[in-house]
Amino acid sequence: MNLLRGLAVLVLFQGIGEGISHIAGIPVPGPVIGMVLLFLALQFSHTETPAWLGRTGHSLIRWLSLMFLPACTGLFFLPDISRNQWLPIAGAIVLATLLTLLLTALLMQKLMPAEADRP
Amino acid sequence: MTAWLGTILLLALTFVAFAAALWLYRLNRGRPTLQALMHPLVTGPLMVSAMLVATHIDYDQYREANQLFFFLLGTTTVALAIPLHQQFHHISRLFRPLIITLIFGASFAVASALIIAWLLGGSVETLISLAPKSVTTPIALGLSEKIGGLPALTAGVVVFTGVVGAVMGPLIFRWLGITDDRIIGFVTGICAHGVGTTRAFEISARCGAFASLGLGMTGALTAFSLPWLVIFFLN
Repeated sequence: MNLLRGLAVLVLFQGIGEGISHIAGIPVPGPVIGMVLLFLALQFSHTETPAWLGRTGHSLIRWLSLMFLPACTGLFFLPDISRNQWLPIAGAIVLATLLTLLLTALLMQKLMPAEADRP
Repeated sequence: MTAWLGTILLLALTFVAFAAALWLYRLNRGRPTLQALMHPLVTGPLMVSAMLVATHIDYDQYREANQLFFFLLGTTTVALAIPLHQQFHHISRLFRPLIITLIFGASFAVASALIIAWLLGGSVETLISLAPKSVTTPIALGLSEKIGGLPALTAGVVVFTGVVGAVMGPLIFRWLGITDDRIIGFVTGICAHGVGTTRAFEISARCGAFASLGLGMTGALTAFSLPWLVIFFLN
């Protein structure tokens, strides 16, 4: 029952987001707008996140890999990717991810204050 | 009747492949590098594809039968607001380092991928499909659709990015001598989204919390800026 209540709230925000995205013609995905609206609603309600909503949300996020499986399978059935596109794709992923990890970590290390509460 | 049965079987295929993939993943618990490569999002789709090829079922039919999961991806995107809200108090305490790292990391991830792919001869469609690569999977899919990429390619690109980040991240942090789990978590969440966040939760709860903060903030920032940038550059 709690799971249903949580799902109902999440789907409601998803619908509102999709609606805004369509009607206003913004190129931002509907669920992202829904996420921001829910975030604002939680921030401004000044109460603890209701336990039922928290549990539903966390179980959905835990099963994200399952929900993503069908979309991911599509990679093996791409229609018109010419063969010469695989090098730019693989190169960009590996090199760009390594560079981003390295530089972002270095930057954050410089910016973070030393931790006082560490034993 | 047969169409109905086919839908049920194709839906069941997803569940069975996922259960098998999860079992394989847990089997390698003691070997972090191998385990990251054995992520259910790597082995699961491989199993489903093999099955579809073997039974001569085309992907569109499989996709149609699994519409439920595509819908739930959107619902889960909305649900990301919950950890974001719960971890938000960190932002007021560490506002400057977190925001600067976020803006740099999120834009560098997109820019570096585009420049490298362009130098290696990527087409416009490839570039657009690559752009949302560091964003958590459900947001990236929606984005790719909105900006005219190939969602299926983006899906693969995002998972591959997550696996590369989750495998290489720990090596890079060790090499840089970084042990602060707030940095490890936040950077992993920015660069390696969901796959990395799962790994971060295995390091510590705080590491996981910072990873989901990085994941949610990168997703929101990219989702609200990337579509406008693409429209701007294509015109």
